[in-house]
Amino acid sequence: MSAGLIYAATGCLLFVLGLGGVLLLKALLRRILAFNLMGSGAFLVLVGLAQRDGTPDPVPQAMVLTGIVVAVAATALALTLARRWHALTGRDDIARVRDTGLQIRRKANDRRKAAR
Amino acid sequence: MSTAFDLLLAAALLWSAWRTLATPQIGRAVILFIVFGLLLTLAWARLDAPDIALAEAAIGAGLTGALLLDAVAALRARRPDDEEGQS
Amino acid sequence: MKTLWRSLTVIALLGLAAALLVAVLGLPPAPVKLAGEVAAKLGASGVSHPVTAVLLNFRGYDTFLEVAVLIIALLGMLAAGLPPPPPTGSRNAMLPTLARLAVPLMVLAAVYLLWAGAFRPGGAFQAAAVLAAAAVLLHLAEILAPWPRDRRGPRLAIAGGFLLFLAIAAALLANGGLLRYPPEHAGLLIVLIESGLTVSLAVNLAAFFLLRAPEEQR
Repeated sequence: MSAGLIYAATGCLLFVLGLGGVLLLKALLRRILAFNLMGSGAFLVLVGLAQRDGTPDPVPQAMVLTGIVVAVAATALALTLARRWHALTGRDDIARVRDTGLQIRRKANDRRKAAR
Repeated sequence: MSTAFDLLLAAALLWSAWRTLATPQIGRAVILFIVFGLLLTLAWARLDAPDIALAEAAIGAGLTGALLLDAVAALRARRPDDEEGQS
Repeated sequence: MKTLWRSLTVIALLGLAAALLVAVLGLPPAPVKLAGEVAAKLGASGVSHPVTAVLLNFRGYDTFLEVAVLIIALLGMLAAGLPPPPPTGSRNAMLPTLARLAVPLMVLAAVYLLWAGAFRPGGAFQAAAVLAAAAVLLHLAEILAPWPRDRRGPRLAIAGGFLLFLAIAAALLANGGLLRYPPEHAGLLIVLIESGLTVSLAVNLAAFFLLRAPEEQR
């Protein structure tokens, strides 16, 4: 089994692990971590599969390079949204969104009343 | 010989990824994610992809790790008027 | 009920993992050898490192759109609301000293990576990442203050690299295909685009960390 295939198989497992994390974990920060794991797994599959016969292939390497930069941009945006959510509701998960919407409105009203 | 190294590195990648998601403290999870990023840098080096290894070390482990640590510190700070909003 | 859903999800994920492994490990050898095709056209691309050639010449459009994606992510951050600045005052003597020692070396390393990308592993993204890391290090050492959202310098830097790329792409579009470099000028154009990209991406990546809401606004 060549190095490319070993890492491609690892990438598949990482992808499924990350997918399970996004679906099953509660905390937002952990889901962002799991999403990054999914991305890294996909990158390993891209490069590992293309190089399964041993010769380095520059095209998927360039794609993965692009992918890493896009992943950090997505992570930065997701973290900003998570921090904003936490600042507005005090929660670090998005369970029971209906109640949380009520909480946001109630807090905004309280803040407006306190400012008067 | 190199296959053994690849298998060991693959096992380390999977183990650190699993521990990232399963460890109870979020700070420790972020640090394990940075460890995962550095192990992934080694994997890219093994795959004859030095460009990706450079980018993964700097961006994937470095910048993403800094952003995550900053977010962990921010999400840990609980505002005093939020106590009754916790579940 | 909830544990039933969770168990079903886990079983489905295990099935997905098994299916992916079977598919990945059972693939026949690829009919197309892209590495050979890149090597064949490498001489006309303007650089001698295949990954840089693919990134900035053969698939330059992907890189172009990627810069746009980074800018969109920054716009999303500006729209969602910037985080407050980190607490200051925890000055230990070592971090500013380390920053002052390391940052000039990091700038030098970034310039080298940018120049070496044409011949060796390196290039604009790696150089931009090192520069952004230097900016974050300076910020953590409290030497560089966080950026307020309306400061013009970072915005001009971020937009400048993308606009340079866009201008070159538009000029080439007027002459022929999109991003089809004339082979005798390809090297020069790639160096130009990479320099603009390094500055723009470095400021963009640093802005993910350094753009903060002003302290008194809650």
